[in-house]
Amino acid sequence: MTPLSGIAEVIRSKNAGPFVVTFDVLFGSEEDFEAVRTAGLVTRQAVAQLYGVSDNELVGFDYFPFARAIKFSIRRPVSSGAPGDSDVYGAQQHAPLLDLPALP
Amino acid sequence: MITRKSDGEFVVVSHGMLGYGFPESSLAAAIEAGVDLIACDAGSSDPGGYYLGSGKPFVSEAMTRRDLRLLLRAGAEADVPVIIGSAGGAGSDLHVDFLVRIAREVLVELGIERSLAVLRSEMDRDVVREAIAAQRVHTFETFAPLSPGDVDEAERIVAQVGCESYWPALRHKPDILIAGRAWDVANIAALPLLEGYPRGLALHMGKILECGSLAARPTAGADLILGRLRDDHFVVEPTDPAKACTIDSVSAHTFYEKTDPVMLAGPGGTVDLSGSRFDQIDPRRVKVTGSRFHPAERYLVKLEGAKLEGYRHSCIGGARDPAFVRQIDEIQASVIAHLHEFQRGIIDPSTYRISFHRYGLDGVMGSWEPVRTPAHELGLLIDVVADTPERAEIVCAMARSTLLHVGYDGRKATAGNIAFPFSPADTACGPVYSFNIYHLMEVDDPEGLARLEMAA
Repeated sequence: MTPLSGIAEVIRSKNAGPFVVTFDVLFGSEEDFEAVRTAGLVTRQAVAQLYGVSDNELVGFDYFPFARAIKFSIRRPVSSGAPGDSDVYGAQQHAPLLDLPALP
Repeated sequence: MITRKSDGEFVVVSHGMLGYGFPESSLAAAIEAGVDLIACDAGSSDPGGYYLGSGKPFVSEAMTRRDLRLLLRAGAEADVPVIIGSAGGAGSDLHVDFLVRIAREVLVELGIERSLAVLRSEMDRDVVREAIAAQRVHTFETFAPLSPGDVDEAERIVAQVGCESYWPALRHKPDILIAGRAWDVANIAALPLLEGYPRGLALHMGKILECGSLAARPTAGADLILGRLRDDHFVVEPTDPAKACTIDSVSAHTFYEKTDPVMLAGPGGTVDLSGSRFDQIDPRRVKVTGSRFHPAERYLVKLEGAKLEGYRHSCIGGARDPAFVRQIDEIQASVIAHLHEFQRGIIDPSTYRISFHRYGLDGVMGSWEPVRTPAHELGLLIDVVADTPERAEIVCAMARSTLLHVGYDGRKATAGNIAFPFSPADTACGPVYSFNIYHLMEVDDPEGLARLEMAA
């Protein structure tokens, strides 16, 4: 089993406005991108389960060949900087993706 | 339309954040190469609603002055305009005043005379109330409709204006334009659009340049970036000779901080990158073609407003005892039960909110954390936000002392549960604001949306 961190070049999260955190997984080559896409392990369902969020909270999930990238976003439970927020910039929410199985 | 210069190329050098710094050599290289515009963003909604709510600048005055001094001097020497949007971080009138004051001081220090246009995009509450009544305000990423009550609660409201709102100011050909809250793309694209350059390419170039050198590699450190716009393409290149723009760095940048990397919605319409083509024309430069613009049926601008949530008091400490660490959920519930009991009749629980940030367990990710195994020690941050600073202080102190001595199953250490690094342990953190308006408003006349002041 290869985790996402073993094949992707960039795995990051960041605010896309104060109410949404967006996640990017960028691959270094078309082969790596296609391998992960074909393996079918990194899916909308897999990331929803990983973050424990409902289908409604998950905004988009797509493979983008032009950038060799996967992108999805999650609605924040608390908006950026409001009481109870834990990550104002949303920049440290990517970590669980590192260990997500990407290739069998 | 403004007459263009004859070579059919519009060159922009862009700084991603006023006050974040950039190498002086990069600016010199850009000016040496020849530019038509120095563009600079100064704002962001990333750091939360505090800056809009409080009216305080997001970047220090000292660093703002440093960057501004270099940019205004270069603009004067090359005799090209300098456009700065989202003044002061949040772009309210207070933020615009802050930046205009510094700009005037810098001009005096430099001993140069430059004309200054000021564009304000703070909104009159009545305009927003009328738009709500006319059903011209639309729900956006808050997923909740805007109510007149939200308008009353907001400390101030700004509109993130688009390129069209810059045009009345730019027709006066000011040497310097300082704008309130604005689409970051407008700083780069508004002027070439006025000169008739194609919208899809100009806006796409703006979207790439607006974060400065983030679209170049290596990304280490804030730096400038250069764009060359023509009628059928644009070229992106770093100003630092040690950096390079690659197809990857440029195409991947459209992913950054947005939910849809192909259709980029902004004031007045959408930039469509589905037909964009990226070509590496030499080792450091990327050429982009094929980006299109689809005007929206209704011109929409984003409104931003921030309200006061209360006043924060916090306390930081750590726990090392394994039995404590294991039972942190129960211990927290017990602390809150004690607070309610001991403060009955003194402090109403509805006047404050208390959060425990538990570093080593789920302090970074909260409910999104899939790993539920605690580390061998926990960092605990007690976070109290109350309706008055006094009440926040009382609740925080009580929560701290209760946490220190509260009992739990299997406790062997009866002298105290928490290691506090500081004395005093508690800190007043001031007012807390959050975005309570983040909605889209229909605008009939975008050119008349912002208020223009021409200064001598």
